[in-house]
Amino acid sequence: MPGKLKVKIVAGRHLPVMDRASDLTDAFVEVKFGNTTFKTDVCLKSLNPQWNSEWFKFEVDDEDLQDEPLQITVLDHDTYSANDAIGKVYIDIDPLLYSEAATVISGWFPIYDTIHGIRGEINVVVKVDLFNDLNRFRQSSCGVKFFCTTSIPKCYRAVIIHGFVEELVVNEDPEYQWIDRIRTPRASNEARQRLISLMSGELQRKIGLKVLEMRGNAVVGYLQCFDLEGESGLVVRAIGTACTLDKLSSPAAFLPACSSPSKEMKEIPFNEDPNPNTHSSGPSTPLKNQTYSFSPSKSYSRQSSSSDTDLSLTPKTGMGSGSAGKEGGPFKALLRQQTQSALEQREFPFFTLTAFPPGFLVHVGGVVSARSVKLLDRIHNPDEPETRDAWWAEIRQEIKSHAKALGCHAVVGYSESTSICEEVCILSASGTAAVLNPRFLQDGTVEGCLEPRLEENLPAGCGFCHIPYDELNMPFPAHLTYCNNCRKQKVPDVLFTTIDLPVDATVIGKGCLIQARLCRLKKKAQAEANATAISNLLPFMEYEVHTQLMNKLKLKAMNALFGLRIQITVGENMLMGLASATGVYLAALPTPGGIQIAGKTPNDGSYEQHISHMQKKINDTIAKNKELYEINPPEISEEIIGSPIPEPRQRSRLLRSQSESSDEVTELDLSHGKKDAFVLEIDDTDAMEDVHSLLTDVPPPSGFYSCNTEIMPGINNWTSEIQMFTSVRVIRLSSLNLTNQALNKNFNDLCENLLKSLYFKLRSMIPCCLCHVNFTVSLPEDELIQVTVTAVAITFDKNQALQTTKTHAEKLLQRASTDNEELLQFPLELCSDSLPSHPFPPAKEHLESASSNSGIPAAQRATSVDYSSFADRCSSWIELIKLKAQTIRRGSIKTTVTVEKASPMGEGNFRNRSAPPCANSTVGVVKMTPLSFIPGAKITKYLGIINMFFIRETTSLREEGGVSGFLHAFIAEVFAMVRAHVAALGGNAVVSYIMKQCVFMENPNKNQAQCLINVSGDAVVFVRESELEVVSTQQPAANCQPSCPGGEVTT
Amino acid sequence: TSELDIFVGNTTLIDEDVYRLWLDGYSVSAAVALRARSGILEQTRATAAVLQSDSVDHYRTFHRLGRPLHAPPKLPHQLIFQIPPSRQALLIGRYYAFDEAFVREVLGKKLSKGTKKDLDDISTKTGITLESCRRQFDNLKRVFKVVEEMRGSLTGRKKLQYLSFGDFAFCAELMIQNWTLGAVDSQLDDMHVDLDKEFLQDVKELKVLVADKDRLDLHKGLVCTALRGKLGVFSEMEANFKNLSRGPVNVAATLTHNKDVRDLFVDLVEKFVEPCRSDHRPLNDVRLFLNHYSASVHSLYGFRHQALWDRSMGTLRGCFLRLYHD
Repeated sequence: MPGKLKVKIVAGRHLPVMDRASDLTDAFVEVKFGNTTFKTDVCLKSLNPQWNSEWFKFEVDDEDLQDEPLQITVLDHDTYSANDAIGKVYIDIDPLLYSEAATVISGWFPIYDTIHGIRGEINVVVKVDLFNDLNRFRQSSCGVKFFCTTSIPKCYRAVIIHGFVEELVVNEDPEYQWIDRIRTPRASNEARQRLISLMSGELQRKIGLKVLEMRGNAVVGYLQCFDLEGESGLVVRAIGTACTLDKLSSPAAFLPACSSPSKEMKEIPFNEDPNPNTHSSGPSTPLKNQTYSFSPSKSYSRQSSSSDTDLSLTPKTGMGSGSAGKEGGPFKALLRQQTQSALEQREFPFFTLTAFPPGFLVHVGGVVSARSVKLLDRIHNPDEPETRDAWWAEIRQEIKSHAKALGCHAVVGYSESTSICEEVCILSASGTAAVLNPRFLQDGTVEGCLEPRLEENLPAGCGFCHIPYDELNMPFPAHLTYCNNCRKQKVPDVLFTTIDLPVDATVIGKGCLIQARLCRLKKKAQAEANATAISNLLPFMEYEVHTQLMNKLKLKAMNALFGLRIQITVGENMLMGLASATGVYLAALPTPGGIQIAGKTPNDGSYEQHISHMQKKINDTIAKNKELYEINPPEISEEIIGSPIPEPRQRSRLLRSQSESSDEVTELDLSHGKKDAFVLEIDDTDAMEDVHSLLTDVPPPSGFYSCNTEIMPGINNWTSEIQMFTSVRVIRLSSLNLTNQALNKNFNDLCENLLKSLYFKLRSMIPCCLCHVNFTVSLPEDELIQVTVTAVAITFDKNQALQTTKTHAEKLLQRASTDNEELLQFPLELCSDSLPSHPFPPAKEHLESASSNSGIPAAQRATSVDYSSFADRCSSWIELIKLKAQTIRRGSIKTTVTVEKASPMGEGNFRNRSAPPCANSTVGVVKMTPLSFIPGAKITKYLGIINMFFIRETTSLREEGGVSGFLHAFIAEVFAMVRAHVAALGGNAVVSYIMKQCVFMENPNKNQAQCLINVSGDAVVFVRESELEVVSTQQPAANCQPSCPGGEVTT
Repeated sequence: TSELDIFVGNTTLIDEDVYRLWLDGYSVSAAVALRARSGILEQTRATAAVLQSDSVDHYRTFHRLGRPLHAPPKLPHQLIFQIPPSRQALLIGRYYAFDEAFVREVLGKKLSKGTKKDLDDISTKTGITLESCRRQFDNLKRVFKVVEEMRGSLTGRKKLQYLSFGDFAFCAELMIQNWTLGAVDSQLDDMHVDLDKEFLQDVKELKVLVADKDRLDLHKGLVCTALRGKLGVFSEMEANFKNLSRGPVNVAATLTHNKDVRDLFVDLVEKFVEPCRSDHRPLNDVRLFLNHYSASVHSLYGFRHQALWDRSMGTLRGCFLRLYHD
């Protein structure tokens, strides 16, 4: 019996008139928790009642404290008939259950009614007395902190990152219960809201228990979603990353760590025995040896075993004993082994984090994803959600095996989603295969963390680009070259990931939002036939989405995608695919070649002319984009990029001895003299359309940038003005003559126009960047497409932004000063990461490479895929997909996609901020942002998670301004309620805000509409840090004595 | 075309130009056309569809802001729109601003439903959209409700027809500054616009200036001495001094009755402006006269109400001069 919940109802204001006769209201309040209810007195004839109630006390189990919401109902007293409800407030008291968060909830809450919206406000005070029972964590998981933020929260330090936690709970959806036929819409909506609130609480408690079992104290990257499965029920599921976090309170605690010189570390690997096995604790450990040698970039094998074979994991010792690999090889092997053993204990080595402590991420393999089509069954027993669990377990297993195929033992930036239409459900999971540093993963390494270790010695920031897989046994075809940065390791030509750009990555120019959009018509069908149809379409959609992304990336002259999110949405008669990512030019990866168009009928003169016209347009676009995004890689780098192919003699030897590929001859051919461009073959009108559509994407107007990652690569001088927004559009397709092409165009226009509108609306903020642009597509009805966008516009200082071409030294300094915040949390990294000077200054690099590269026609060779390899890639892709595609009755079909990876090193001007122009902390203003930080401010406290679910319904749609008026009002109300809850917790901002669901249904004929919205985020307290700013920017070198957390330096 | 198209910012986006168009009562399509004509499309390289979508969305927001704007003190407390205080002030200021042409038409009329029905005439006459007329009319009613004491100045007579709104506003401002409770008691806030009853009672003491023949003659002597040779029509002034002097003294002295307050402007015009005008005095003469007329009282031996006189006459002099035109 470990808790006492105390509630006081103070006053109301702006209440609606409930009695027409008197134009007044006789209001009273019911306070309910669990099965206990208290009432206040009736406050007669007032729209601004003062109740000043006593403290209502609920004595409850902490289990209930976690599960139940506090429910406050405001009613109008009526002597003769039933009392009328004015509205309700649900308060999640979870933030009061752990010590570091809020201690009291007190403030004005909007009184919400699912039919009328917000109707006045009520002032409430809530407190919880937890009894000091040492066992109190046994029954519940009170005390485990939850964060939506997908990185280590700003005022904490990760001691251990334990790993994946997941849970789901199911129930019947009240909307579909028999009783729903006889109750009012209001009662039905409230039953649903309450149920989801309860289920969320239960889910969170259960996840908390798992965290405690793992001996963690927090969940980071907590993502909770609900699936409205209609007749078959309601699923609430969540995933997250269990961690042990330490609050950063005294800066002194980590200062000593700064003294360890990282430069020394550099030398260590050279003293190591190059034989990886000497470091492994046991030969039985399956080791995938990293080939760090210089084998030719094109000698890949076309083994299409992406997931089911463990071939790539078999030890291959003795390989790659070239001279170049001293640094990487043994180290990697050791690392791999440690990581592996740390990870092997875990069922799913997944991490929902997208940004990491420095040194955590060693290599990135590429995107792994899995989808499965399921037919929904009624959930017969809510207490045993095994089916859904099994479905997800299956998908996760697949993701895990994909990662293995990429030579990775972990998946980062992991997320799961569903799309449901009638009884068909597509489950999707995706993430980025990666090799991690075991340091943060193991129990018992806590102390070890305080000493710099071998594995910190990563090649100056480009390490994450280096391929983790065996280049002779690659799971998919790719071009490899030597890292443009360290010149020692191989990197792919293109890298796709679902994570944020690592802080230390060296980027040239700015990034940009890249989207692939796709529609496919599908016959209406029932049950299995439907599932099969969808299953058959999926692989082609995945493939096309990938091709579009690749083409658009090339068109932008960039070579890597971050934050990739591919959403496949299922409707009655179509499938939609929408992929969003942020393109960047990673300095470590080779310069992308252009796009070359080839026609099928070469002898037709006018056709040829047309082709060459298109070609010119494409070339112009690429040139324009280079200028727009300031992509000016150092000129000499061309040579470097061209150079890494070893001498022919050597290469052929390697091929003979080690390649299992049967295409040896072809590949040798390929490596010679061919154009380096990515070839698009135009063999029919479809292809022509595709090329056209490539060119229709309009760049943002000048002064605007956009990305879907946390911050924009290449911009680092944010000012403090932010504007978070949600925009929703629905278009109706004319049902006549719907072709795939017409659909594509409609969808493409919808997205492009939406972006254009955003740029126009926010033009007063120029220069600014739209960050964390998050598109979601849904198909609410046959002919309707709905796109919802949430993002934040952040202004930046143009003058500083112009200085994009800096010397490395300057960049380094800048990084040193700007990374402050990150570094604070991981003091150890301070030394190893920000202090060492660039080990490979460009000039030196060039000299080296120039000398070692004689005999190669380097000048011409760029790096992209030429036609034949493109074809290769396609065919193997298809093969792979074919292999995977199998229909399972009442079960699944899965397609799997594993994409490239790539490179560089670090400059990462993340999180820089210029001094905020005004420190206007206007009372009552609550900022909201999808980012994990607030520009120009420092988060001093996390108050708890905000996770709110609302339903709004109307039977007077026209009167409320039609669908737009209705939804506009509702979203504004949702924002208002989020802000009110944050303010009541004592906070002034929500970070990592996300609108997870916005389900909108309309029935204009009946003048009705309904909408469900689910949002979440972290309530925080922030303070402007203008003074700290000045200090830190003036003294970048003082970086090693970080001052911020305690605020010592300000004085 | 979009079935649904909305944008909701955490901080409510206010486009000042669109706000003005909305206040001016333009329909969305008219607003889109006007914006397009302003060259905004060329500047921003946006499409007409974008402009349309943007305008519709702003109009929707303004429409929803209407209700809190009807009760301005509630605006900072409402939770639905997060608007920085400076923006709130702008919203309220612009919302309650009015077109002088419109207000002039309404001045003197009852703020009744009948008048509201006639707004289309006013709209036609002034060229202000009916929508905007309605908003301004409703604003007036709201303000009127709050400041009921000022009702008097809102009724009028034919004689006042020649006055502009600015004339009324100027005089009202002078009286608020000098004759209200708020003017003398800094404890009270500026909105305390009740006339200072005590003062009006005391002003009756000034009647002695016309009632006491000795005083009147003395006063007349002082004024005439000062003005001799300086006025175009000196003799009429000398002959009419008693009548002229009665005006300023009586206008203030009768304000203790509500009815007289209501007729203040009529009194101002009838008792001073019209007599002067019938003599065809140039404005300069009137100014000279009023200056010396008020100043010379200070030289009257044994007159005890100097401060009272200044407070009363200072305002009246300003009003007379302002109202003295064709």
